[in-house]
Amino acid sequence: MRQKGSNQAESVVTFEEVGLRYGRGPEILQDVNFALPAGSFHFLTGMSGAGKSSLLRLIYLAARPSSGRIRLFGQDISRLPRAEMPALRRRVGVVFQDFRLLDHLSALDNVALPLRVAGARESEVQKHVPELLSWVGLSEYLHAKPPTLSGGQQQRVAIARAVIARPDLLLADEPTGNVDDHIAMRLLYLFEELNRLGTTIVIATHNEALVSRFNHPRLHIERGRVERV
Amino acid sequence: MLFFRRRSDLPLKDDATSRFLPWLVALMTFLSAVSLAGVFVLGGVIERWDRDVSGTLTVQVAPAPGNAVDSEVRTRERVEAAVRLLRSTPGVLSAHSIDKTRTLQLLEPWLGDTALLQDLPLPLLIDVTVDPSKRVDLDALSETLKASVPGATLDDHRVWLSRLVNLSRTVEMLALSVVLMIGGVTSATVIYATRTGLAVHQEVINVLHMIGAQDSYIARQFAERAFNLGLAGGLLGLALAAPALGMVGWAARRLEGGLLPDLSMPWTGWVMLLVLPWIAALLAMVTARFTVLRSLARMP
Repeated sequence: MRQKGSNQAESVVTFEEVGLRYGRGPEILQDVNFALPAGSFHFLTGMSGAGKSSLLRLIYLAARPSSGRIRLFGQDISRLPRAEMPALRRRVGVVFQDFRLLDHLSALDNVALPLRVAGARESEVQKHVPELLSWVGLSEYLHAKPPTLSGGQQQRVAIARAVIARPDLLLADEPTGNVDDHIAMRLLYLFEELNRLGTTIVIATHNEALVSRFNHPRLHIERGRVERV
Repeated sequence: MLFFRRRSDLPLKDDATSRFLPWLVALMTFLSAVSLAGVFVLGGVIERWDRDVSGTLTVQVAPAPGNAVDSEVRTRERVEAAVRLLRSTPGVLSAHSIDKTRTLQLLEPWLGDTALLQDLPLPLLIDVTVDPSKRVDLDALSETLKASVPGATLDDHRVWLSRLVNLSRTVEMLALSVVLMIGGVTSATVIYATRTGLAVHQEVINVLHMIGAQDSYIARQFAERAFNLGLAGGLLGLALAAPALGMVGWAARRLEGGLLPDLSMPWTGWVMLLVLPWIAALLAMVTARFTVLRSLARMP
């Protein structure tokens, strides 16, 4: 687990005049400018297809901007050597919209991946992973493989995997899309708890009702541009 | 057999590679074992020939003309003259005439029963040992023998031995080239299998990268799998090669008459054969690791 809090005032993510297009297609994002202070909690809202997932992809280094500059933890990602990407990615937890769980691994092993990749001891893995899975209501499914779990259960495994290593930045793409309101609230409280411990949170969602229940700033995407609401 | 028992995040166990790679490595190990055994046996034979024959010469004295009794007496005189001459030559340690009975015994493996040859005029032989540390002018000795003892010729084993050794060395190099080629083919197969694995597991690899896995973390899993498959295949290949080599050795020992030289393999050869599966496994591991690292480095 990482210690936090030394650079609270610094921006974790900075976008400067960022544009994104895939191949020769239309510009998905244009002239995007914003900064996420360390320890902040933001919702990323917008219609379906507005570019929320694309913006998250830029932050977690799965896509490169067509124009402009992105800084992640103070580093310009366009100049980032490939060898330095893993260290940066370990500081970012991602809940993918399509979960991206590894079907051949159990729920426990899926959640343990970030710890194992970072070289954690197996005793640490066996202590923390069942604890977290129990917290998200999956204590009886530790050894179940993703294909045998429901959509909501898979989503909770994906969330547990994203938060297990206490990342500095958590990106979640529609993390409550497949769960009922009760579980959705419980998951958001988990994100708030992480935020209180110092993790910067960005949650992409089109669930306006959910967003309105929390008093967090919002980045809204419309026609490829991002506005602070 | 599994040497690395560490957990793998990639589902490599179920790949088609797991089925064909051990068999292919087994075949390659079998061929390498046979080739290497040939190299070591040949090396041993060459060394023994070299040790046995260098420093020895044979002088052949043709039967003197005339009737049987006269011829035998005169031939013996010529042999004694030749032995005296040889013993007085600097660098010659010993010179012994080989009597007719012993000569017939030497011919027996090739000609069978020699009772019929008793009455034939056979050349007599003189076994000469020269000091290997001293240089004896064999051409001059040959000329002196010819001039002093009619019918005497010097047979220098070194001429035919050097030709034989050259031929053996060529065969030895050829066998070593075969082993190297087998190594190359094994590497190429591992490269192909690893690239296929990378393509099949692209999605899993992407997820691991997104989670922060380094290329070396992914490469380790491919390398360990390749090592295990290589070792399993190597041991299987060796298990197949051992009885095959044993049978060849047994068949060679059964040949009568010393037509073949001693075909035993030195201990270094046996050690090399036992190490072969581990070499195959290491080759597979290093190749897989190198292939994964190179392929992943090309990714954006």
